[in-house]
Amino acid sequence: MDILVSGLLLGGTYALVAMGLNLQYGVARIMNLASGEMLVLGALAAFWLFTTAQLSPVLTMIMVAPLAFIGNWLIYQLLLRPLVKRAKNQGQLEVDSILATFGMSFALVGIMVAIHGEYFTYSYLANPFEILGTTVALNRFVAFVVALIIGVTLVLWLNFTRPGTAVRAVSVNTEAAKLVGINVPRISALSFALGGAVTAAGGTLISTFITLDASVGVIFTMKALIIVIMGGVGDMRGSIIAALLLGLVETAVATLIDPGLTLVSAYLIFLGILLFRPQGLFGKRAT
Amino acid sequence: MTGSGWKEIGLAAGLVILAAFVPLVTDGYWLSIAVTAMMYIALATAWTLFSGPTHYISLATGAFFGIGGYLVATGMSDYDISFWVMAAVAPFVAVVLAAIVGAATLRLSGIYFVIFTLGLAEMIRGLVSWVQNNFLGSRGLYVLTDFTEAHIYWMLLIIAAVVYLIGWLIERSRLGFAMKIIGNDEGVAKHLGINTAAAKVALFMITGYFTALVGVVIAPRYSYIEPNLVFSPELSFLVVIMALLGGTQRLWGPIVGVIPFTLIWETISVSFPNATTFYLGLSFLLIVYFIPNGFVGLVEKLARRRQG
Amino acid sequence: MNRREVLARLSTGLAVVGTAGLLSFSALAADTIKIGAVAPKTGPLAGGAAVSQWPNIELWAKEVNDRGGLKLKDGQKKVEIIEYDDKTNPGEHIKAAQRLATQDKVDFIIAPYGTGFNVAAAPIYAKYGYPQIAVTSISDQIGELTGRYPGLFFTLGSTTDFVQGVVHVLTGLREKGDIGNKIAMVNVADAFGIELADVARPLFTEAGFEIVYDKSYPLGTPDLSPIIKGAKAANPDAFVAWSYPPDTFGLTEQAIIEDFQVKAFYTAVATAFPAYGGKFGSKINNVLGAGGTNPDDPKIADYRKRHKEVTGKEPDYWASANTYAALEVLAQAIEGVGEADREKVTQYIKDHSFDTVMGELKFENQNSRKYWTVGQWQDGVFRGVDAVNIDGAAPVRVKEGWE
Repeated sequence: MDILVSGLLLGGTYALVAMGLNLQYGVARIMNLASGEMLVLGALAAFWLFTTAQLSPVLTMIMVAPLAFIGNWLIYQLLLRPLVKRAKNQGQLEVDSILATFGMSFALVGIMVAIHGEYFTYSYLANPFEILGTTVALNRFVAFVVALIIGVTLVLWLNFTRPGTAVRAVSVNTEAAKLVGINVPRISALSFALGGAVTAAGGTLISTFITLDASVGVIFTMKALIIVIMGGVGDMRGSIIAALLLGLVETAVATLIDPGLTLVSAYLIFLGILLFRPQGLFGKRAT
Repeated sequence: MTGSGWKEIGLAAGLVILAAFVPLVTDGYWLSIAVTAMMYIALATAWTLFSGPTHYISLATGAFFGIGGYLVATGMSDYDISFWVMAAVAPFVAVVLAAIVGAATLRLSGIYFVIFTLGLAEMIRGLVSWVQNNFLGSRGLYVLTDFTEAHIYWMLLIIAAVVYLIGWLIERSRLGFAMKIIGNDEGVAKHLGINTAAAKVALFMITGYFTALVGVVIAPRYSYIEPNLVFSPELSFLVVIMALLGGTQRLWGPIVGVIPFTLIWETISVSFPNATTFYLGLSFLLIVYFIPNGFVGLVEKLARRRQG
Repeated sequence: MNRREVLARLSTGLAVVGTAGLLSFSALAADTIKIGAVAPKTGPLAGGAAVSQWPNIELWAKEVNDRGGLKLKDGQKKVEIIEYDDKTNPGEHIKAAQRLATQDKVDFIIAPYGTGFNVAAAPIYAKYGYPQIAVTSISDQIGELTGRYPGLFFTLGSTTDFVQGVVHVLTGLREKGDIGNKIAMVNVADAFGIELADVARPLFTEAGFEIVYDKSYPLGTPDLSPIIKGAKAANPDAFVAWSYPPDTFGLTEQAIIEDFQVKAFYTAVATAFPAYGGKFGSKINNVLGAGGTNPDDPKIADYRKRHKEVTGKEPDYWASANTYAALEVLAQAIEGVGEADREKVTQYIKDHSFDTVMGELKFENQNSRKYWTVGQWQDGVFRGVDAVNIDGAAPVRVKEGWE
């Protein structure tokens, strides 16, 4: 039970890390290497507002999400759209977006170091919380609940609304989506912005229980990439399930075998899944 | 054999000889830049051997590099084995790994291959740390040798030259022809009766060997090895970035990518000590927007313009 | 060099990069002493360097210049600091140190931040004859390293001393009957963490302790709760974690949440950071950690006050004072020699003793053995409770709950 509860909570954290990238890569086709930095930016905002104005990170999250949405929308329109237009094929866009977002990640690290070069440490809701007989940290539980809300909302939105369906259509086939009259550039920009907002919001919550610093983003980028690929590109359910699976596996291994093997086991699961399903859990075989 | 092929290798040989004199001209700052640049040239050229023709972007550089550096450090520090013995052994461990990974990833393509190699590098780092922690123990991995920067530079230069030569030979061999077809269309390659699997794995093994060898040679430069620093995902990314900046369609692409990259990097580090990372990021962005086809594209455009 | 100049230089393009690099700084007059500093501003070690390294350099340079500079034979000279970011990358560090030595031609270099970087940079310091007064460098190879590099000095002790301090504190508690002999030990599976655990195992066993839980965790583990749960289930008397900054915070937070009751709770690096006390407040009263200081010592108290005034932030309760002391040693040695002659300054450091915030420092075989090993958070201050060759250690207290 301990393992189940702690594992799901950790999985919720991973879902916060990965859902945004899924939208950005799956729909907008931008392999965003600055995803982790966007997350850390959210964390920095939470830390900064908490230590200077005692503002609750949950409030910060509510403020950060729209700001990140606008910011990422601008990033897409000003910096990434020209690359999309220029690219002759998906391969070219992948190369260009890797280079461009790698540059962005450096620039963001630079900005954050200038704001606060030390660790983002503070204490918020670091209280024990009893659930199903297991003691967990309240801040982790809150993050899990928010992750759940975001995840469910996204899945419902994608599957049961018109814009959501358009987003999924673009994710499945950009060309075909164009043919049925979907405004692909608009939908792409929307997805990229939404993805950035989810990631930054996740960062505000994660900062309440993991000590971050300005340079730590790349670790989250890698985790997000692993999860998105494991779940299957462009499939939100896949990312969420992959995230929960990783959380459960890591916690089970840490508790039952050896905490030293958590990372190894997580990557082993990832590699194993790709070996048997080369397109990820929910991915569609490329044609 | 075409004339331009011989011209290319002749030019390369000339450059290698010229480069060999660098440590005689300078032994301070510029040499340390040259060592760093040469390290990236060797790594990026080795990377291009496999990833250039196949279009498979590999992020396993850190894994192979780490194996090289780490085994040398453990061997020397904990078992008193000489540098040269470890230098001979370590790359073969990487080759075995490359063979396994190569075989395992045959079904993967595109982004799935990219992230698989990234996950692999991270898993190896975790595994190595865990094994060392629980079975080997360590009192710190020191690689104390009498190598100077010049020695390390020459060793890297030799590696880079050999990698280039191998790449040049492969381009002109059946293997190279096979790889090009795989890169263009793997299905066609299979129909033509090319053993795509064997070709890919073989090339990946060569890349793994030389990447690990670079790790071996760099270990004495770092002197103190931390798994976290040699199994570096950042290194994997940087090598990809440099190769892409250069252009992966030509074997010499990485070289024309690395050199300006290193110089820009250095200028920024010096000019903005307090905001290096920020300005590096900006310069990447500028390069992407204004040099769309990498430095190879730029060089070839200029060459065409001169001819035309 | 101002920003506009730099931008102008960038815009002139790649062709001039080489020459521009060669020419920069050559115009600076010789009436200052140029001091180089390379340490991380970004990367994994940046958070630590921002606490213990950079502020002390700022403080020291300001104080030296406020009193008119270093007193040399030919008058007083101000110090000019040239700093670079090594991005927590040894290759970058080597380049930057080479640049300081051969391009900027600095008179002295402040030793790097972190064991690995001190070892990696030592050949460069040795080649150009710079004295290297290492602080944040803890190693059991001090003998071999100082034998190799005649200008390399150590000031923060060996790995064994570091671990012995913890053994000493726990043995003391056991002798008083405060704790039993069961220890739960965890470590981060990275270079220094592995080394500390490896050194600690035999030392704890020799001292008659039983290690009832002994596990590692990977660097960057996002959820440390299974470790605290595992350690708690082993029912130990004392908990020892050879941890790095992010996990020091993480382990403590989980211990609070799990209400992990031990009479002695130790986390290693970063326990001495003011941010640690700031984050946990009174909950971490009586937590043990690496380092320590004696805030009642008038010199230390004065140093802490000046640090706060000049840099706007508190120094840590460990390596900050040692870092500042190493800079004082450098300044006094330069003034003692009276000129920026590196060979003479190195020899001067070997032959003399120095009056610093850490008291009198003297190097024997290039090693100053005067440092705190274990500290304890006691009513909002992280006091040293165990040291090598320093008096004034506070009595160790027993940890009673997390309130």
